[in-house]
Amino acid sequence: MAAPKKSVTKEAGQEKGNGSPPEFTREQELRALRDMLLIRRFEEKAGQLYGMGAIGGFCHLYIGQEAVVVGMQMTLKKGDQVITGYRDHGHMLACGMDPKGVMAELTGRRGGYSKGKGGSMHMFSVAEHFYGGHGIVGAQVSLGTGLAFANRYRENDFVSLAYFGDGAANQGQVYESFNMAELWKLPVVYIIENNRYAMGTSVTRSSAQTDFSKRGLSFNIPGQQVDGMDVRAVKAAGDEAVAWCRAGKGPYILEMQTYRYRGHSMSDPAKYRTREEVEKVRHDQDPIEQVRNRLLAGGVSEQDLKSIDGEVRDIINGAADFAQHDPEPDPSELYTDVYR
Amino acid sequence: MPIQVLMPALSPTMEKGNLAKWLKKEGELIKSGDVIAEIETDKATMEVEATDEGTLGKILIPEGTADVAVNTPIATILADGESASDLAKAASPAKQEKAAESAPPAAAKTEAPAPKAEEKTPAAPKAVSEPEPEVPAGTEMMTQTIREALRDAMAEEMRRDPDVFLIGEEVAEYQGAYKVSQGLLQEFGARRVIDTPITEHGFAGIGIGAAMAGLKPVVEFMTFNFAMQAMDQLINSAAKTLYMSGGQMGCSIVFRGPNGAAARVAAQHSQDYSSWYSHIPGLKVVAPFSAADYKGLLKAAIRDPNPVIFLENEVLYGHSGEVPKLDDYIVPIGKARVARKGQHVTIISWSNGMTYSLKAADELAKEGIEAEVVDLRTLRPMDTETIVASIQKTGRAVTVEEGWQQSGVGAEIAARIMEHAFDYLDAPVARVSGKDVPMPYAANLEKMALPSVAEVVEAAKAVCYR
Repeated sequence: MAAPKKSVTKEAGQEKGNGSPPEFTREQELRALRDMLLIRRFEEKAGQLYGMGAIGGFCHLYIGQEAVVVGMQMTLKKGDQVITGYRDHGHMLACGMDPKGVMAELTGRRGGYSKGKGGSMHMFSVAEHFYGGHGIVGAQVSLGTGLAFANRYRENDFVSLAYFGDGAANQGQVYESFNMAELWKLPVVYIIENNRYAMGTSVTRSSAQTDFSKRGLSFNIPGQQVDGMDVRAVKAAGDEAVAWCRAGKGPYILEMQTYRYRGHSMSDPAKYRTREEVEKVRHDQDPIEQVRNRLLAGGVSEQDLKSIDGEVRDIINGAADFAQHDPEPDPSELYTDVYR
Repeated sequence: MPIQVLMPALSPTMEKGNLAKWLKKEGELIKSGDVIAEIETDKATMEVEATDEGTLGKILIPEGTADVAVNTPIATILADGESASDLAKAASPAKQEKAAESAPPAAAKTEAPAPKAEEKTPAAPKAVSEPEPEVPAGTEMMTQTIREALRDAMAEEMRRDPDVFLIGEEVAEYQGAYKVSQGLLQEFGARRVIDTPITEHGFAGIGIGAAMAGLKPVVEFMTFNFAMQAMDQLINSAAKTLYMSGGQMGCSIVFRGPNGAAARVAAQHSQDYSSWYSHIPGLKVVAPFSAADYKGLLKAAIRDPNPVIFLENEVLYGHSGEVPKLDDYIVPIGKARVARKGQHVTIISWSNGMTYSLKAADELAKEGIEAEVVDLRTLRPMDTETIVASIQKTGRAVTVEEGWQQSGVGAEIAARIMEHAFDYLDAPVARVSGKDVPMPYAANLEKMALPSVAEVVEAAKAVCYR
């Protein structure tokens, strides 16, 4: 079968060069604002709880990257699957998982999504079609391809979104997956969240090809570079990619150019970049400020935005409160869930 | 009411640090996310970001202060409409409430329950195995090769459950590198019998992902030597996800293929992975010997809701045995079989190790030693009960495996016998195993590197002091 190949990877930066992406309706802007704020406030609170010792181990925050998951989630229908690596709190909230259950997992309590046995990097929700939360860099790419395989096998039209970072993009199994996904025309959108640093190694120090949208070129997988700080651009590119997959044309790659404000994990002093670099992105490109400014310019009042802030803050405070008061797992849980 | 900013920890082990620098002054406006201070330890310097909005009210710990304990209030933030005069209130007990709301102080930490002294680690549950169903008397038997038994097991399960499919290298058009999947493509079509590229890591992950979505893949490794490429997916994704998800999401999947030494293929293609997989909680590990067990256990493995490592043996593929002619012959996972009865010494083995063991038992019988031979069939969960019952009778044990001795399955069996049947032992447990070298190519050396019937006989006599 000669499948039509959308060969061309768009030129780097083209998205931005072509002016603004399609406008959102006010309703969409408000939803994006609220969902991004929820993630940001959640992560700030998680950082705070970590600092107090209430959260242990590794804790990778998503602050700065919110537009990626929120924009992509707006392209999905119920039943589409999402899978990601360990920087996963934002993905879970975007999928509609309860902030209480996520926060309680961070604090290792019984009300957490994994009953306290998974922690920050390992959470799942079958009900919300969120397949984790995986701690091994790159593993989620093969697994996400497997979710797409299941869709193909069942002959439904669901699409799987497999998120990974610029670091994971150099793992071998990513390319093994690309090959099979295109070979079998699997409905998977590979979303490379390029936040410029794999832990402390910048993209230019780790990648021979820094245009990640071209990483599927030798497999004939189309790709696009996207301004991942602009939720409208994310949704526009996401719509295209998801439609491509849903139509049975195979996988699609989206390179989301984004930025994390915080360190790789909580214990990262972030000496590999300057404060000025971080400040500049925050000041010029912050995904939440962009939406807020557009809403204000469009006539939404400060007061209305404040009430969204307040609503989000209440949810997060409730989650933090629950996560600190919920009991630890019962000792009998030690041996459960090894087998079923 | 004013909000307290607490000294944060850079890591879970940090107890105190230095307040290196204040980046905001009293009276300055602060937004959530603004860097307000720098703290340092002997390992790192980090920025403190505000998590609340307002005005920096008062700096409680001046910059340059060393050894500030984690969770000490270092500053206060005034919310909209609050003034410095509210700071006085902040010093009052009422303030503590507010602080607890937005940023629980050190006292809140005590609510994070540290493991209590009386919280004992519960005892590990005992593996319970179902009794093996009797093959009804008068059941017709048929002679089959192990290769055919495996093929029939897969075909029967694929007919029974449309979610079962076979995926791997050369499984479809080539009919299996070892011809195990003969005829399956013809019966089930390319949708359910799927050739992959040579890409173990990738297709193992795809199989596990499909299983997480509810399908029941049978993933064939051309040999388990190549599964090392996929090891991360097998252990970190397949074995652990059920636990890490609090029981929400697991995967029902079988990884099968030949394991252990074949013949004259040298070190990289001749390795026994029995002990590797049997080490991992979350996996079940099956390694049968007889044709009937190959069939009944593979059917059980495909139906099992957990990931199962099904270790076959290339040398045995062509061997024939009697297989019950039943519509649905299932052998339960986790149950050993006494393959030969005896009262003087117990020989414990599995898979091709049974070949040496049974021949050795014949030899021993000629010298008046009646060996009981236990075929473990499943390595995890291990049927300790059957082993112990036999030791209670014989008082002597020999383990036989093709794998290496160090940290091998024989070592595990010996430890269990010591733990559960020490008082019954009349001699130390003996281990016969592959030699502690990579598999050599030369025919004579290869033979020496593997266990032999003579070695089993010798070990059995030794534990019988004969």
